[in-house]
Parts: sequence; structure tokens; C-alpha cells
Amino acid sequence: MVVAMPRKNPAELLPSATPVRFVAEDASAVDEHDGYAEPPGDRLRKAYRLMVIGRRFDTQATALTKQGRLAVYPSSSGQEACQIGCAMALGPADWLFPTYRDSVALVARGVAAPEVLTLLRGDAHCGYDPAAVRVAPQCTPLATQTLHATGLAYALRRRGEDAVVMALAGDGATSEGDFHEALNFAAVCDAPVVFFVQNNGYAISVPLEKQTAAPALAYKGIGYGVRSEQVDGNDAVAVLSVLDAAVAYARAGHGPVLVEAHTYRIDAHTNADDASRYRDPAEVQRWRAADPVRRLEKHLLERELLSAEEVERFRADAEQYAADVRAALNTEPSLDPLSLFDNVYARPTRLLTAQRAQVAAELKEES
Amino acid sequence: MTQLSMAQALNAALRDAVKDDDRVVILGEDVGALGGVFRITDGIAADFGDDRCFDTPLAESGIVGFAVGMAMGGFRPVVELQFDAFAYPAFEQITSHVAKMRNRTRGAVALPMVIRIPYAGGIGGVEHHCDSSEAFYTHTPGLRVVTPGSAQDAYDLLRDAIDSADPVVFMEPKNRYWTKESVSFSRDSAPMDQAVVRRPGRDVTLIAYGPMVATALETAEAATAEGWDVEVVDLRSLSPFDDVTVSASVRRTGRAVVVHEAAGFGGYGAEIVARVTEQCFHYLHAPVLRVTGLDIPYPPPKLERHQLPHVDRILDTIARLQWQDQPVVASA
Ligand SMILES: Cc1ncc(C[n+]2csc(CCOP(=O)(O)OP(=O)(O)O)c2C)c(N)n1
Repeated sequence: MVVAMPRKNPAELLPSATPVRFVAEDASAVDEHDGYAEPPGDRLRKAYRLMVIGRRFDTQATALTKQGRLAVYPSSSGQEACQIGCAMALGPADWLFPTYRDSVALVARGVAAPEVLTLLRGDAHCGYDPAAVRVAPQCTPLATQTLHATGLAYALRRRGEDAVVMALAGDGATSEGDFHEALNFAAVCDAPVVFFVQNNGYAISVPLEKQTAAPALAYKGIGYGVRSEQVDGNDAVAVLSVLDAAVAYARAGHGPVLVEAHTYRIDAHTNADDASRYRDPAEVQRWRAADPVRRLEKHLLERELLSAEEVERFRADAEQYAADVRAALNTEPSLDPLSLFDNVYARPTRLLTAQRAQVAAELKEES
Repeated sequence: MTQLSMAQALNAALRDAVKDDDRVVILGEDVGALGGVFRITDGIAADFGDDRCFDTPLAESGIVGFAVGMAMGGFRPVVELQFDAFAYPAFEQITSHVAKMRNRTRGAVALPMVIRIPYAGGIGGVEHHCDSSEAFYTHTPGLRVVTPGSAQDAYDLLRDAIDSADPVVFMEPKNRYWTKESVSFSRDSAPMDQAVVRRPGRDVTLIAYGPMVATALETAEAATAEGWDVEVVDLRSLSPFDDVTVSASVRRTGRAVVVHEAAGFGGYGAEIVARVTEQCFHYLHAPVLRVTGLDIPYPPPKLERHQLPHVDRILDTIARLQWQDQPVVASA
């Protein structure tokens, strides 16, 4: 293993005292950004467009669960700044390790929507080729992917590539042992991995205060020697700025970074969950006022980095996108049950060949 | 007798156990305000206080390891692990510590605790939500492993499990959670480690457990059309295994088929076949056969019906019991 750079001064690892922020809830500019650079206007405009499309994708997917077209959908409505930020901070050679919650991030990374939704539709466990799009399969077991991300980051570095890996995790997942092991491995072998925690307040029903007693999740990095930061997760300007810096830091060979975004899950855990059992509607209302899409829109309009016509055009793009998603999902794909026996091993075993023949015979009888 | 779903019967068992014994505590992910993702602990925190039923941080190894310590400290923890495949982070604690503490301490430290795991498929769940992981636990000496096939059994087995002096892995067939049956709370059922003949028959014994008990009973009904009189044995306890009830049945019928959802190769059914063969060899008219899940990772929801043993597959297998020697099939 590569020997870690000594990090002698713990203060260098500590996150800023309050979450980094460029834009207040009322969309006015604030200076709480600790020296982070503001992303250029065209980058912010691009972020806004992706957020509008991402929001529309999310509501479309939720609607598709109601029509029975998707088995389940975990919404990331309210988390668009994070979803778009992580995708935009990565270059084409970088990798993203998402969770089930991060479908909008995949869309923003350019994975075709029907391929993103294959898993949740129940057709296949992963609808895209991870190596082709540099996106790992959406991970359901919590925090396990953070170790994979770390190992891959280390491997890419050893092969002399300067690619960075971004591992996504929720607040709840930071309690899993794997998350801690990943931070430790990443620091010890100086892996260029950015751990991006979307703290959306709840792990299904369990609120943050029952998950951790730490002042913020960002502080979990310091014990492992991982540079850490916290950011207002509903301020897209801040999220982009901090993630750009984190990716640059990792790419420059300084080792891993942990970024915690403070955000909120507006909808229930999934369409199957009843959030009224564990949270107060007034709390949801308060967070609606902090909506990341509207906040960025207002901010960019006020600064004339965005025009009213562009807002209309992006909305129309989003409508078209949603219509395409609907159309794609309204056709029932034909699934071949015999494909179940493919890809269990590199070459099918005799046992599987026999079972394949059995299922083939059953199918023939059925038809 | 009350009409209850299996989920409600489990809830009733937990409530009664908490009421009857101050040492019983329930812990896990989302077991508090939400009542668990399957609502098995619904209302218990509200009614008994959150020192009796509480949410933990999200860490399965932590939950089980913490429960080990609580059991060492005089409590009787009942742990909920949310789904079969999410119990794996706790595997180290379960196999290395929960199972072995009594033995490691030469009897000085016992761990009366229950680890509840919703398992198996048939509910259209995505990846990692439908594993049948019983063989991992039955292969671990020191654990008891039980699984109910009905609402009544869910109540009885869970009460017994909580009273047990040894740790119990309590596997709940989630596709049965919502089936209603009449349930009595009299606790006059068979003891926890006893199998039960659910339907008597003369020609062949179907050996099933958990989610497959209902399928086996359905098969037995369908088999009457073929002129077969099928007996169904519900194992209830996978470990220890009730050789007496099972072997008595197979000796009566002379033919047996084991049915389970988990993959067949190296699966729990292989153990049953071996034991039945050892105990009933001279009574058998045919080899003991298995109907199991396919030997593939659990499929996506749209294709899961091909994975799960169903009535036709079981009937076909019963038909094969009119045994003729077949060429040896090499596998794996
Ligand atoms: C190892 C493991 N345990 C339990 C679960 C069940 N589960 C699915 S999502 C979830 C909550 C996760 O919360 P968090 O990490 O905060 O992410 P969020 O869903 O809020 O994005 C739980 C407990 C799981 N998927 N994996």
C-alpha cells in the first residue's frame, strides 16, 4: 500500500464550524463560504437546468409507482442540489457509487432514465453497464459500497490514473461499520475518494439525534485522518463549490475527503412508507421553504445569470424528459426467464444447465 | 380465538412477553415510532415506553453485539433485523458470539435472546430483500432456529423463543405476514422444537417449513386429483430438527419430498434428506427428493415466480417418486 501522507495538525482536518453557504434561504447572497470559490455562472445555470429536470424525473417516477409501473421508488425530492452537485463534480473518467436514493444523480450523470429505473421496476438488478458509464450498481445494503469505492479509488491510483471516486451515503449509513472501515482504509492508503453524506434528517423513521451524538456527521472524518467539510445541502452553489474543491483535493493526491450536506427528504422514505408516523408536517413545511430548486432559480434570476425565458425553456425540457420517461416505461419489456441462468458464473455449471432445461420445459408447457 | 394476520400475531406475542416479563426489551431499526417496516412492533413503544422498545443506530453488528451485552446484564433482548440480507453485517456477532457464549464460558454465561429476521421472497421485493438465509444459521451449533408457517404458530413460537434459555434465530416468512387466521393465546401448542403433522396422508410426506407450509398444503389438496394422499409435516424448528416426528411420518408413507425456497445446493434440505435416509432407509420406496429454489442469486421481482417452488413443481416431483433408476447426473 501507498504510505499515507502524515496529517499532523488535526485542525486541518476539521470542517468549518457551520455549513458552508453562498445563498441564504431567501436567495440572497451570504458570505459563509470560508474561502471556497464561487462556481462560474454558466456552471450554475447548467446545475439549475439539471435540477429542474431532476425534480421532474423524481415526480414522474413517484407517479409511476402509483400506476404500478414501478415496484418502489425512493424519492430524493428536496435533495436536488446534492444529487446534481455530485454528478457535476465528477469528470467522465471518475466513478460514482450511488445508493437506491440517488436515481436523480444517475440521471444527471447521463445514465438513460429507463436504465436507471430498471432496478426499481423489477426487471433486473442493474439496468446499465457500470463500467461504460462509470457508475456502480445502485447499492441497497447500507454503506457496503463505500468500501468498494475506496478499493477502486486505490486501484485506479495504483494504475497511474488520476480518477476520483465519489461514494454516496445517507446519514443512517454512517452508523454502519463498513462506513467507518472505508474511512479508515481510504485514509491509510491515501485513496482519492470523496465520501459524500446526504444528511436528510432521517434513516427511514429514525431521526439524526438517535443516529449520532456527534456535533455533525462531518466530524466523523477527523478520527480517521480524513479531511472533512460540511455544507448547506439545499444551496446548490455551496454544494458545487465544496464538491469541486473536494474532488480537486483528492485528484491532487492529498487523500480522501468527507463532505456532509445538511438537507432534507421532503417525501416519505419510499412510496411504501408512512412518514406521518414519525415526523411533524410542520417540519416538512419549514423545509419546503428551503427548497433548493427555487432558491437557486431566484438567486440566479436576481443576479441576471438566468433569464425568465431560460426558466421556461428548462421547464419545457423537463416536461419533454418526463414524457419520454413515461413513454419508455409504459411499454412492458419482454423478459426472458432463461436469462436467470446467465451470469451466475463465467461459464454455466452443469447444475444450472439442468435447472435451465427444467424451467425451459415449464415455459413450453405454459405456452 | 381472534382473527389475526401473522404480523398481528407476532405483535401480540411481543406485547404479551413485554407485559409478562420486565426483562424483555425490543430493539432494532425503526421498531419505535414506526413500529418496524412490517409493523410487527406497532404501538409497543407508545404503550410500554421507549426503554422497552427502542430504535437503535443503524448498525446490525452493533444491534446484535449490544444485545449480547444486554443479555449478559440480565435482560432478554428481542432484536429485529430488518430484512434477511441486512442481517449479514451481524453475522460475525451471531455466529462467533451469540451462538458460542454458553460454550465459551463453560456454561457460566447464557444468552437468552431472540433475533427476528423477516426472510424469503414472494413479495416483489428488490435485491437483497428476499434471501432465504436459514442454512447459515442452522449450520451454526449453539443457535436455535425456528420459523412459523401460520399466524397461530407465529404467536406460540415467538412466546417460546423469548422464554428460551438459548438464543433463537426467529425467521419470519414475509409472504405470510398478511394472511389472517384465527389465533388463540392459550399457548397449548406443541413445544418449540417439535414438528407437527399439518395434514395426515398415506402415500407421501411433504416436509416443509415457513413460507412453504402453505404451498405444501395447497399441493396436498391438488394431489387428491391425481389420487395421491399427501401428508404435510411443518417442521417449525429447523434446529434442533425433530427426527422423531419426521421419521415416523416417512416410515408410514415410505416416500418423502422436502420443499424449501432457498437454493438447493448445500441447502438445509440436504440435511433433512440425509437424516431421513439414515433413519428410514428400509422403509423407503424411493429416494427422498427435494424441491427448492433455483441455484441462482434471488431474481428481480418480475421473474421471481420462476425461482419459487410452486404446486406444479412439487406435483411433478411427487410423480417422480414412482422411482426408476436414472443415469447419474453430475452437478456443479
Ligand atoms: C445493512 C442494511 N440495513 C438495513 C437496511 C434497510 N434500510 C433501507 S434504507 C434504510 C435507512 C437508510 O437511511 P439513510 O442512510 O439515512 O439514507 P436515506 O434513505 O435517508 O437516504 C434502512 C434501515 C439496509 N438497506 N441495509
